[in-house]
Amino acid sequence: MNTATTAAITLHNLTVSYRQHPALHHVSGHFAQGSLTAVIGPNGAGKSTLLKSLAGLVPVDPHSRVERAPGLRLAYLPQQSELDRSFPLDVRDCVLMGLWEHTGAWGRCTPTMQARVDAALHAVGLQGFEHRPVGMLSSGQLQRTLFARLLVQDAKLILLDEPFSAVDSATTAGLLALVQQWQRQGRTVVAVLHDNAQVQAHFPQTLLLARECIAWGATADVLTDTHLSHARAMAEAWEDLEHPPACPLRVAAFPLAGGNASGPAKPVPRCSAAPQEVALP
Amino acid sequence: MNALPVLWDTLFAPFIEFAFMRRALVATLALALSAAPLGVFLTLRRMSLLGDALSHAVLPGVAIGFMVSGLSLTAMALGGVLAGLLVAAVAGAVTRFTTLKEDASLAAIYLVALALGVTLIARHGTQLDLLHILFGSALGVDQPGLYLVAGVASASVLALALMYRGLVLETFDPVFLGAHRRGVPAWVWQQGFLMLVVLNLVAGFQTLGTLMAVGLMMLPAVSARLWHDTLPAQLLNASAQAAIAGVAGLQLSYHCDMPSGPTIIGCAGALYATSLLLAPGGWLPRHWARPHRVA
Repeated sequence: MNTATTAAITLHNLTVSYRQHPALHHVSGHFAQGSLTAVIGPNGAGKSTLLKSLAGLVPVDPHSRVERAPGLRLAYLPQQSELDRSFPLDVRDCVLMGLWEHTGAWGRCTPTMQARVDAALHAVGLQGFEHRPVGMLSSGQLQRTLFARLLVQDAKLILLDEPFSAVDSATTAGLLALVQQWQRQGRTVVAVLHDNAQVQAHFPQTLLLARECIAWGATADVLTDTHLSHARAMAEAWEDLEHPPACPLRVAAFPLAGGNASGPAKPVPRCSAAPQEVALP
Repeated sequence: MNALPVLWDTLFAPFIEFAFMRRALVATLALALSAAPLGVFLTLRRMSLLGDALSHAVLPGVAIGFMVSGLSLTAMALGGVLAGLLVAAVAGAVTRFTTLKEDASLAAIYLVALALGVTLIARHGTQLDLLHILFGSALGVDQPGLYLVAGVASASVLALALMYRGLVLETFDPVFLGAHRRGVPAWVWQQGFLMLVVLNLVAGFQTLGTLMAVGLMMLPAVSARLWHDTLPAQLLNASAQAAIAGVAGLQLSYHCDMPSGPTIIGCAGALYATSLLLAPGGWLPRHWARPHRVA
């Protein structure tokens, strides 16, 4: 198969449960190398769980497998709420943490690396903020700091969990430009988002989740009224049940609508990324 | 003209005249250097009460050491270290395998450990021994005790320097460390750090007693956080405050004939109260700054 060689990360029947409550189940498919994918869905649809399982932060069920292309380093940006903002650390030190995978606990930080940190701070427009404590930043500035850290990490696969949720529109535009630049550089980006218009405008690929994969493919094919209302109905059905039973019951209650409600996502022509690469030098 | 000799007599004569005062001073300064920075990390990790819990947990180990070989420092210290590590490990295991959070499991275990320790000592020693172990006596630090404190302090300062980068990262952003693994696994930082805390509490037990040792660790650390925005400054400040409290406490206990351990902690408490009022993060500067912020 051709897709197997170009996949950055492949999901085989991915199922994740928290204390026997399924948060995500039977998701199969792959993120192609160099693709830019938005993950959308109602609250509690398992979007963050998907990203965490891609990053290896949550254990997956025994029969599931997340397969990463060999040698592919990833960078993961969690939701802001998971950071300790009262920690006495300044912006520059926070960005320097992006070098962890290069230096480790005892490695030296070379002048080249320091220059990379300065360049990253410049790229997100935070020059002059190097010695500001992270606790005194606005949420937009903090998010830019974390994007600078992602730049420094220089990873091939970048996972963003709600990167624009607490950020004003000017900052969002700047950070979106960075995301698109990453795609032009051939990096694979997966972002959890809430704003459908934003997804339509900037993200060629979309994965629509409601604990199961509702649709996965080119954004225009995924963001249809049928799919969105199906996802909503799934989410409401889950909420109505106080204790969702094991998955087979659920699947039986929802006859599969559309071909890709559970099984593997239909391979979508990967041409959407190509024209963009041509358009830019 | 005659104020200077009086000052000299008050401040330096006790240390020049008496070897036990010199040993107490060195032991206290060594503890200040190593324990106070650990306290800063404990507060940053929202584990301020963990030091307290561990210090109680050390007690049954010390008691068993005492039962086996009397007031032998080696036996008691070894028992204390083993008991502290055991309790930290059990609490960690309870957290991992049940739904209890770490603080809850520690609280349960250390209370049991404290009861056990007091019972053991009360059955096998005198009331005086119990007081000695609970509250220590800096003035009774002997040569082996001094070596223990100095050794632990040197080792733990070196270990903290080695662990610094990993520990800061693991404290500030554990998710980042979990997603970007490199080199030693993430739990090493946490467990290594807890080990240092236990070692320092045991090193402090002869000088300050098991219950008071945690005071020199936490009080300067808490007040240091009110003074600075950066971690290295907070660490230095905590050590400095602990050292000042140690010297002042020894002076007071010498001149006013008070028990040394509680007096040292009392001085640290006084510094804490001062910091609460005067430090940049304290009450008065914020009070004065308010009109500007509103305007």
